[in-house]
Amino acid sequence: MTEIIVVTSGKGGVGKTTTAASIGCGLARRGKRVAVIDFDIGLRNLDLIMGCERRVVYDFVNVIHGECTLKQALIRDKRLESLYVLAASQTRDKDALTPEGVQRILEELAADGFDFILCDSPAGIEKGAHLAMYFADRAIVVVNPEVSSVRDSDRILGLLASKTRRAENGNGGVREHLLLTRYSPRRVATGEMMSVGDVKEILGLEVVGVIPESNEVLTASNAGTPVILNEESVVSLAYQDAVARLLGDTVPLRFIEEPKKGFLARLFGG
Amino acid sequence: MRLLGLFRRPPPSAQVAKERLRILVAQERTARGGPDYLPLLRRELLKVIRKYVNIDPEAVHIRFDRAEGHEVLELSVALPGK
Ligand SMILES: Nc1ncnc2c1ncn2[C@@H]1O[C@H](COP(=O)(O)OP(=O)(O)OP(=O)(O)O)[C@@H](O)[C@H]1O
Ligand SMILES: [Mg+2]
Repeated sequence: MTEIIVVTSGKGGVGKTTTAASIGCGLARRGKRVAVIDFDIGLRNLDLIMGCERRVVYDFVNVIHGECTLKQALIRDKRLESLYVLAASQTRDKDALTPEGVQRILEELAADGFDFILCDSPAGIEKGAHLAMYFADRAIVVVNPEVSSVRDSDRILGLLASKTRRAENGNGGVREHLLLTRYSPRRVATGEMMSVGDVKEILGLEVVGVIPESNEVLTASNAGTPVILNEESVVSLAYQDAVARLLGDTVPLRFIEEPKKGFLARLFGG
Repeated sequence: MRLLGLFRRPPPSAQVAKERLRILVAQERTARGGPDYLPLLRRELLKVIRKYVNIDPEAVHIRFDRAEGHEVLELSVALPGK
């Protein structure tokens, strides 16, 4: 069975593409066959974060228009052999994506035996975001612990509950997961930043992951290596935990508290 | 005085954010799926009621429900304590 997961947020720049790339890699590393699709038509970026930008020949819209086959457009990852990327088109035509076209591609991927299809949504609540979520079975709602991100994500929850195929068919709706990212335990400790508990309480969602704020994310995107593949970083571990939870494992949250400083560190202000 | 100031710090900003969001999200969720006129209705109600009693904007609650073929609009107004 193929599961379609949308990575969405409402507000822009919160970490959707970073998350889609890392979760995609993480699922593939756990032996799943994964396709990650960039729905951000006109602003292609997933290919850069995944490091396959120079291998894009055909894109999502080319497949929809029948200008190539899906097989020709899917880019196989160089590091993980069960991972594929479908790049967004750079066209400025907002109507390039059609519901029928998107559905046809998703069905073809399902028939091809993909375990997971990750849809990297554009920001906002316009057509692209709508199509990215419409066919989803599950949603990863990416949120920063900050007022406008939390508010916008609640609007997205409203859309997931009404404007999706599962909502319309009344078969249980889309399963929603909260992924809190750019989390700073230090600022939570000083009361400057809302905690996981706060955001969870406001939105009433189950938490699939808490990703710390880290410079490693920038370094990884510079290199075109999804940050989950940088084994040394806590961000990688946090994303690996999120992947495990998506797959149904019970994993306690980590990296949500500031490491307690030892007596000496405190003494010397380390 | 200075000692009091020391003890009575303003609440941490995260707590303020949480409280504001809690109210806002609850409000936006009740309006969701309901008719588009709900926000306006709410504002006008507030205006009318304020001619008689001075209430907070948060004191007006509107609930919209759909149940077996009919729709229910539930209004409640919390009046300030004496
Ligand atoms: N955990 C993190 N720590 C630090 N920086 C991060 C983290 N996650 C994401 N970022 C940074 O935030 C920025 C936006 O990330 P990303 O492109 O993934 O967001 P997006 O939601 O896909 O944006 P858009 O809405 O434009 O598609 C990037 O510069 C990225 O490096
Ligand atoms: Mg993006």
